[in-house]
Amino acid sequence: MPSCHVDTGRNKESGKGFIRVALAGNANVGKSVLFNQLTGSHQIIGNWPGKTVDIAVGNLFFEGYKIQLIDLPGIYSFSTYSEEEVISREYIATESPDIVINVVDASVLERNLYFTLQLLEMDVPLIICLNQVDMARKKGIDVDVKALEKVLGVPVVPTVAIKGEGIYELMRKVVELYGEADRRHPVIRYDEEIERRIGILVDMIRERGIDLGYSPRFLAIKLLEGDVEIKRQIWSLDKDVARKAEALAYEIIELYDAPSYAVISSQRYKVISDIVSRVVRQVEVEKSPGDWLDILTTHRILGYVTSAGVLALLLLWTFIVGDMLSSLLENIINIFHPVEPVVTGPLWEVLLNGAIGGIVAGITLVIPYVVPFYLYLSVMEDSGIMTRVAFMIDSLMHKIGLHGKAIIPLILGYGCNVPAIYSTRIMETRRERILTAFAITLVPCSARTIVILGLVSRFLGFEWALLVYLVDILVIFTVGKMLTKIYPGESTGLIMEIHSFRVPSIKVVLRQTFYRTRSIIYLVFPLYIVGSALVQGLYSMGVLSPINSILSPITSGLMGLPDVTGILLVFGFIRKELILLLLPSVYGSLNILLFMSPLQIFVLSLVTVLYIPCISTLAILAKEFGWRDTIYISLGNLITALFVGGLTYHLISILTGII
Amino acid sequence: MSSRSIEEYLEAIYRLSIEEAPVKTSRLAEYLGVAPSSVTEMIKKMSELGYVEYSPYRGVVLTESGRSIGEKITRRHRLFELFLTKVLGINRDLAHNEACEVEHSISDETEKSLCRFLGSPNTCPHGRVIPACDLDVSTCEECISLNSLEVEKVGRRRKSLVPLTWLREGSRGVIEFIRGEHKTLRRLLDMGLTPGTRISVIRTAPMNGPVEIFVRGSRLAIGKEIASNIFVSMEKRGESD
Repeated sequence: MPSCHVDTGRNKESGKGFIRVALAGNANVGKSVLFNQLTGSHQIIGNWPGKTVDIAVGNLFFEGYKIQLIDLPGIYSFSTYSEEEVISREYIATESPDIVINVVDASVLERNLYFTLQLLEMDVPLIICLNQVDMARKKGIDVDVKALEKVLGVPVVPTVAIKGEGIYELMRKVVELYGEADRRHPVIRYDEEIERRIGILVDMIRERGIDLGYSPRFLAIKLLEGDVEIKRQIWSLDKDVARKAEALAYEIIELYDAPSYAVISSQRYKVISDIVSRVVRQVEVEKSPGDWLDILTTHRILGYVTSAGVLALLLLWTFIVGDMLSSLLENIINIFHPVEPVVTGPLWEVLLNGAIGGIVAGITLVIPYVVPFYLYLSVMEDSGIMTRVAFMIDSLMHKIGLHGKAIIPLILGYGCNVPAIYSTRIMETRRERILTAFAITLVPCSARTIVILGLVSRFLGFEWALLVYLVDILVIFTVGKMLTKIYPGESTGLIMEIHSFRVPSIKVVLRQTFYRTRSIIYLVFPLYIVGSALVQGLYSMGVLSPINSILSPITSGLMGLPDVTGILLVFGFIRKELILLLLPSVYGSLNILLFMSPLQIFVLSLVTVLYIPCISTLAILAKEFGWRDTIYISLGNLITALFVGGLTYHLISILTGII
Repeated sequence: MSSRSIEEYLEAIYRLSIEEAPVKTSRLAEYLGVAPSSVTEMIKKMSELGYVEYSPYRGVVLTESGRSIGEKITRRHRLFELFLTKVLGINRDLAHNEACEVEHSISDETEKSLCRFLGSPNTCPHGRVIPACDLDVSTCEECISLNSLEVEKVGRRRKSLVPLTWLREGSRGVIEFIRGEHKTLRRLLDMGLTPGTRISVIRTAPMNGPVEIFVRGSRLAIGKEIASNIFVSMEKRGESD
């Protein structure tokens, strides 16, 4: 399990004046906003459940204390449903932060308290940050802070993180609580039968001196719930305790005629309903504009129109703004250092030219498209529109063995496949992740977009470029559908929280765009640069010359492409846009139409979109799924490309022959 | 009038009322392949026995007792159909015909064991939802963890349940029973869908899309497959805390 590989600086700076604070809470309660407000450090946030997988760390200074903040993934429970839940739980247990701030959405208090109760069971020093009290008030929900404090026995600070309200008071409470010696919470009690069994286990755990970092009460409850991970650990530590726990859990099953975890969750929610009825006052309010947007975006016809519109606008905006920025940057860079796609000469010169070519391509071709793309997407995510798109598109995604949530990684793929594949982590099972990743590799990223625009749109017209996109979507669905048959297995369904619409925060959007773009520079650029240098070096040494003739049966035989495309496709493995950039130098002319027929141009761009994940994508695939599945995915791409390319060539040849 | 033909009628009305209620007698006659006049006659008798409520020109509505019989027969039909196709490899048409015979004669014990044996299935071979059982349990694990095969010990559910997907937009229900595997069940419990919880349907996405519900102050989108395994009892209008 990828445990928390975050250097928390625990050993370096422990002692007076250094407080380690963990932020924990449900997805989308404004935890990341709070984190950004406090630290100004990097963090991806958005209106999307469960996005933060990695643990982010940041520092701030407050009243002479150095406070280190750890932003844990947004989760709904401490069970073992997802990796995030395990990571968060183990982080709190093994790193034992000085204070845990539980960020709670005041407008969804009941569901949020389910997690709070589990934190109380863990017996960690706790502060409740009652966030989004403004949104709650708009919904007519009024939370009695004092009463909540009393019943939970921990400090509660109301905040509006996005506006910075209440943040000072929250930090004051952190410092206050840090100085306090006794932090025992009053115990939230289950019914007699459950409590008696918890008691037996707690005594046994204390007696045997079992310490996994969790409080004995938390351990006892998790054992009774039948938590797989905890049970496994206890079995290896003390078989007597494990056996006793099983026997007690079985007694609960007998007693209530229900699985023990169901009994415990139900009782937990019963306690919560009780708390909520005491501390929350609900009044009826008028419909807010968000409700109308809701109806529009989820209407049975208009909903699809808005969803399609949101996505079409995303691509259009990316094309237009990207093209503008790209030519602007190209002109600037050309003033300093014009780059030839391929040069001849001494080896070091070739390598250097390749490397510089890689950097320039990254700056002038990838970044200009990716930045506006991420900017737009961040706005859509932060506003909450993307959850509505996922809601509308869920049934369509089921056809390819996925569910609505997969739309986010897929759309991210249009910017760059690499972070998109990384984001498949929001999917629940490995099968779903791989299916999503496979679909992503068939999505034209910005580099392939450049080829489509520069080749098809320029020489054949924009409508043909559009056709490439449509064919591609068709291919993704056909292949996806076939894949569900070849790769059968568990598919989970959609269980997704729908958040209220909100006006996106500019700060949040900009920061998210910045860090997504930066992650591309980190992940993609190194391979771009090294790969470009390498392949140009090999080319100039003549190692690659036989490739055209070796690949000829496939390129010209199967798909009717010119022989020279063989070497282009090899270069394209490093950087897809090289296929476009190298064409003029291969032919010695900018007017490609003199050398290639419109059909060849169309087929080449289709093949470019589909044929293989580029080297950077390959690296991330291997990192996330291992080499075996990476090879399967690549082979799948290749077969798809050859089939689609060959079919298109022969079909259109026959059709034009008839006409 | 045999109990068997009453069961046939109740099953037919149950299935048809999923599409539209009240069920028109002409539609019923068409479905059963009998003359409208004999349908009307039969319906009147069934109405006297308290299985249906009939108003001329409008159609037939099942009463509580009629509904539970219609539902049970449908459940047995679909379970048996699934057993024949999935386990014995019999083709769907034949399976359907055989199931039409057997559905009237299998016992509660057999029904329960069949359901367990097939792994608490969701749908029949034709993709239609298998109704929930009438045992007083709130999850399938409850049923599985019980040792005795005697149905009477488990007790009967008094309420009639419908899958969440049948609820119209704006209607309310109380969660009574969740069918399905451990992981999804746990997730749903964690999200607050514990048995006894009140929910309301905000909207349903078209084309077999997810259902958006309001539960414990939060809004959740639940995929169609999962939602069709969440069974609720309907709250009558005017009923409140």
